[in-house]
Amino acid sequence: MSHSTTLPAGENGQFEFMEMGEHHAPNGTLLGFWLYLMSDCLVFAALFATYGVLSQSFAGGPTGADLFDLPLVALNTSFLLLSSITYGFAMLQMQQNRLRGTQIWLFITGILGACFIGVELYEFYHMIHVGAGPQTSAFLSSFFGLVGTHGLHVSVGIIWLVTLLLQLNKHGLTTANKRRVYCLSMFWHFLDVVWIGVFTFVYLMGSMA
Amino acid sequence: MSEQFDIVKLIFGRLTLESIPYHDPIILGTFLVAATLGLALVVAISRAGMWSYLWNEWFTSIDHKRIGVMYIVLAFVMLLRGFADAIMMRIQQAIAFGDSTGYLPPHHYDQIFTAHGVIMIFFVAMPFVVGLMNYIVPLQIGARDVAFPFLNNFSFWMTAAGAVLIMASLFVGEFAMSGWLAYPPLTGILQSPGVGVDYYIWSLQIAGVGTLLSGVNFVVTIVKMRAPGMTMMKMPVFTWTALCTNVLIVAAFPVLTAVLALLSLDRYMDFNFFTNDLGGNAMMYVNLIWIWGHPEVYILILPIFGVFSEIVATYSGKRLFGYSSMVYATVVITILSYMVWLHHFFTMGSGATVNSFFGITTMIISIPTGAKVFNWLFTMYRGRIQFDLPMMWTVAFMVTFVIGGMTGVLLAVPPADFVLHNSLFLIAHFHNVIIGGVVFGVFAAIAYWHPKITGYKLDPFWGKISFWCWVVGFYLAFMPLYVLGLMGVTRRMSQFDDPSLQIWFQIALVGAVLIGVGIVTGLYQYYASWRKRDELRDETGDPWNGRTLEWSTSSPPPQYNFAFTPKVYDNDAWWHMKANGFKRPTTGFRAIHMPKNTAAGMVISGISAVVGFALIWHMWLIAGVSFVGLILATIIHTFNYKRDYYIPHEEVAAVEAKRGEVTA
Repeated sequence: MSHSTTLPAGENGQFEFMEMGEHHAPNGTLLGFWLYLMSDCLVFAALFATYGVLSQSFAGGPTGADLFDLPLVALNTSFLLLSSITYGFAMLQMQQNRLRGTQIWLFITGILGACFIGVELYEFYHMIHVGAGPQTSAFLSSFFGLVGTHGLHVSVGIIWLVTLLLQLNKHGLTTANKRRVYCLSMFWHFLDVVWIGVFTFVYLMGSMA
Repeated sequence: MSEQFDIVKLIFGRLTLESIPYHDPIILGTFLVAATLGLALVVAISRAGMWSYLWNEWFTSIDHKRIGVMYIVLAFVMLLRGFADAIMMRIQQAIAFGDSTGYLPPHHYDQIFTAHGVIMIFFVAMPFVVGLMNYIVPLQIGARDVAFPFLNNFSFWMTAAGAVLIMASLFVGEFAMSGWLAYPPLTGILQSPGVGVDYYIWSLQIAGVGTLLSGVNFVVTIVKMRAPGMTMMKMPVFTWTALCTNVLIVAAFPVLTAVLALLSLDRYMDFNFFTNDLGGNAMMYVNLIWIWGHPEVYILILPIFGVFSEIVATYSGKRLFGYSSMVYATVVITILSYMVWLHHFFTMGSGATVNSFFGITTMIISIPTGAKVFNWLFTMYRGRIQFDLPMMWTVAFMVTFVIGGMTGVLLAVPPADFVLHNSLFLIAHFHNVIIGGVVFGVFAAIAYWHPKITGYKLDPFWGKISFWCWVVGFYLAFMPLYVLGLMGVTRRMSQFDDPSLQIWFQIALVGAVLIGVGIVTGLYQYYASWRKRDELRDETGDPWNGRTLEWSTSSPPPQYNFAFTPKVYDNDAWWHMKANGFKRPTTGFRAIHMPKNTAAGMVISGISAVVGFALIWHMWLIAGVSFVGLILATIIHTFNYKRDYYIPHEEVAAVEAKRGEVTA
């Protein structure tokens, strides 16, 4: 990047004031997307803090230990972690310019994401069914708020993934499409990292309490 | 029959004819005036055949300069609304003593003070500041546009959509009666079952998306797109402050989004985040919203510090004193602004230790801020000062802002705050820093950069009248509030018992009227200057003997800003170029790569406003359909891959040659 260094003055103290050649500013999409992810991270930080404050406010209702089904959560976590690995495989295929392989691994990633959402919806449905909906206590409000926001993000990721598969089909591995696959990759791994926080702080610690 | 009723309810939600406050003469009158003016504007534009011009050259434009101007126009329009609220409050408080209850019933008065605060911060100060950054930053760093030009247009229209919703609340339904930060449990569904708080939530959520995206956009623009040779420590100070402000936007607005989302869950789906029962905790809302809210005031003031730095250096004919200390002060303020939020509610009862921590961090902010004031003073010292309008605003700012800063340090002392909390002293303090800082700064900036934006200078006569009305009006309007606050008068009161207080409110009203005259003469200044544009025209592009790169292009700059990307050797790049015999190249032009206009920003923001309106009124059918439409429109937009084009080199050569003729 030329702009990060000080330019030397020309000979005899003469300065060249204009870039006479073609000047293209570097593309900032990846940095911009990363910044967006950091802002999203702060949304989660606020939700984690809220959960931290309210996690003991059971209001006489059920606690995490009563409600959480750890084997189910373990299954769900496996889906999401596996999907991160399969996304990694898609990236490897893309780097070798293999369109078909990229699409197949992305498709598998999407299926795993959908499984994750399916299990999560089942879990929510079950909790609401036994009377532990988000209206029951502040603890459950913050649980549904945090876990639900994560689930919403994964759902958006799946919609994006489907859109991207269509676009890959239409235009192939162009520079623009590669950039989009990169961005979705960051998004997907970011959600994985957030989930590790959710799994640890909400489910594991909640079950122990 | 009942089935038919349900269909009506499904479509219209809780919106009925009764929701339109046609029985209130004040609102009806306002509506008639607004509708007449709006209609007159539409007719005038149609008769002039300007719609396609507006659509092609402005609404769908992704040119950062056009978008910057649109932000500033939006801010002026909303300033009139915000000021109308202000003058109504001042009149009410000046007359509602003893037996008189004034002319505004409490439920109306409460909406007015809420709307005034929300509009002035989100839809006046923010668009002014974002508009200035939009126009100036790419020019100062020698770039042809921002990093994400489409996103920039989209951000503007999201802000505008938020403004439309908040204006709609005036004529359809009601606005929140809660104060500008909408604390629960007052804003919970039990205490505020109406649509007011929902208007608040959705207009801020929609505008907030726009602000956040423009924050990301500008950080990337400044980090990635600077001209060759412009290292971080060679960036103009305005660009530095813009960078810090946008970092703050990216780091603060998500918290606002989150906390408003939690409040909506409480209101729409009976969650218990902030309720009084079932374990909810209202003080958590207060903490979260101030974790956004305190950085927000620095988001507003930092770029204004940058504006004054540019102006002081230019009109003193000197390099800015203490450039690097200015940069470090800005960065320190950026970081500290995150460590002080609790001073907004010392009375929460968090104990002496916590309160002293936040009291001390708050006081520490006055150190870097003081360093800045001294830097400006030392820049003026032994300079050849030209007392043009921007410099007058700057001096008025320095005096006024220092007073506001000192009352701020007073409020930072927890025991003093226990006495002054929620009093008119606080109101006087923050108007002191926001008007004396942000508003004065915006007018200074507009006067300074007006010739760059339009190609002609402002006529100083009306500008100076406006200046004196604003400055004198400010002191008359707000110094009495300090006095009243010290006497213990609390904020947000629509009536008073003690007749001895009335005189202070009457003086404040006189001040507010003077500010009104300042607004009108200020606007007239733009009109008068436009009429005299031929005599005021500046052909050089550099009317003030400027120092930074924006003055190296023509005024107004061509669409592509710079025919050749400049190379930078000094913090005052343009000054250095002038001093070293720079000659504008007349040959060798190349085709320039530019982004294409698009209507997608308007479409997606328009649908967002519909989603917001439907959610406010519980029109579930429309909300669902338009939400799906919103997602589809976004996806369809991503299928557009042809977003750029080249301006042919012949056209560049022609534009540049024309400028050569003029300046020759």
